[in-house]
Amino acid sequence: MTITSAISANVTKTYVIMALFIALVVLVAYVLGQALGYGNGFMWFAVLLSVFSSFISYYWGDSLILTMSGARPADRKRDFDFFTVAENLAIAAGIPKPRLYVIDDTAMNAFATGRDPKHAVVVATTGILATLERRELEGVIAHELSHIKNFDTRLMAVVAVLVGTIAYMADMFLRTLWWGGHRNRDEDRGLGSIMMLVGIVLAILSPVVASLIQLAASRNREYLADASAAMLTRYPEGLARALEKLGKDKEVLEAATNATAHLYITNPFKGKEFGAWFANLFNTHPPLPDRIKRLRAM
Amino acid sequence: MILRNGYERSDGMNILWILGGAALLLVVYFWSLYNGLVSLKTQIEEAWSQIDIQLKRRADLIPNLVNTVKGYAKHEKGVFTEVTKARSALMSAKKLDSKAEANDMLTAALGKLFAVAEAYPQLKANENFTQLQKELSDTEDKVAYSRQYYNSVVNDYNIRIRTFPNTLFNEMMGFAEKEFFAASEEERKAVKVSFE
Repeated sequence: MTITSAISANVTKTYVIMALFIALVVLVAYVLGQALGYGNGFMWFAVLLSVFSSFISYYWGDSLILTMSGARPADRKRDFDFFTVAENLAIAAGIPKPRLYVIDDTAMNAFATGRDPKHAVVVATTGILATLERRELEGVIAHELSHIKNFDTRLMAVVAVLVGTIAYMADMFLRTLWWGGHRNRDEDRGLGSIMMLVGIVLAILSPVVASLIQLAASRNREYLADASAAMLTRYPEGLARALEKLGKDKEVLEAATNATAHLYITNPFKGKEFGAWFANLFNTHPPLPDRIKRLRAM
Repeated sequence: MILRNGYERSDGMNILWILGGAALLLVVYFWSLYNGLVSLKTQIEEAWSQIDIQLKRRADLIPNLVNTVKGYAKHEKGVFTEVTKARSALMSAKKLDSKAEANDMLTAALGKLFAVAEAYPQLKANENFTQLQKELSDTEDKVAYSRQYYNSVVNDYNIRIRTFPNTLFNEMMGFAEKEFFAASEEERKAVKVSFE
């Protein structure tokens, strides 16, 4: 896969995913509307809602993700290396300097978001900034800038918001079904059966959601970003060493959620049980030793 | 006869269509060739001004650095004059190769200055000095990266100009090959990358 074909594939996939999301929500609304006897009004409401949230995810996905992660803007004096390294690599890549944010968390991680290079954001945790040396940080930031340049970030931001919405709803309904289902069986039988219905529909949909995520987060994308990062810094060893350090870090990043996990440079959950059944859908990162091996072979 | 004439007329029409199509293709070809080269040339100019900005930034940091070091190491006059000379050479250089040369001179002189600074622990502990050192090494990174970007754009442009059939027309349209921004300092090794 070359860079140009990766870019056009990403742009197409973004629109496909937005269309699929709208279709999915409308379908669910139609089924529910028919089953509960609300008719088509329910469906039209869902059409409006899903089109609206698709637009939001496209234009404001980056801001939403930033809010979700609780990041603060980076400061040139305070985050000197982060700030200047990002400046330098943006020069090397020929793109405008992205906006920079810092998450106050000792877990080591970083991600990029934004719909195109002009509206890009790079976020790093204080943990990664404190632990990595400048050349290692260069590798990580170059990896993130490559995601921006390849338009991975547009696709991933849209997926984060849309899939996040579905994931959140599914999780919530399943929990209610599990814990609330048995309690007042006699009193609100009607409500219980509605919940049951919604839960079952969403449970059926979850494989669809999972394949959406896989469509978005292919492992190739990470390898490609690693390779482009090496081309940008001319020093693959920097990123390789950074990944080694990231691999040793066992801390879970609290700011990450199911919806944003695939954005990060390494899996923020560290393979721990997190959000139970949904977690294994997010096994989106290629194994670190393999990435390091490929970098060292360049 | 009528049939024959009909055939002849449609033959003539076909040739006209073919000629027209070929002319259109040629126009489209020149159009895209010209626009592609112009946009690359603009990118080269932007990349060049980026290098210029960073070289100027580097030169601007020098007087402050020299003054700070002077405060601790007054009698190291030789190093100061060398740095100042290299700086003014960089400031006055106009052409690409003379800029590259002056920049290398400044790198060498600064190397000596920092070697001298090693002998003054108080200087090394000075916050202003460490900050300037950080800024300078960052600016050197910036020069290196802007040079890398410039050279990659120049490379794209030169390849476009040199390949057939573009090579037949670029002189007519006024496009000439551009030179790279070379540096004698240890060039960072280009990485071979394969995509699977």
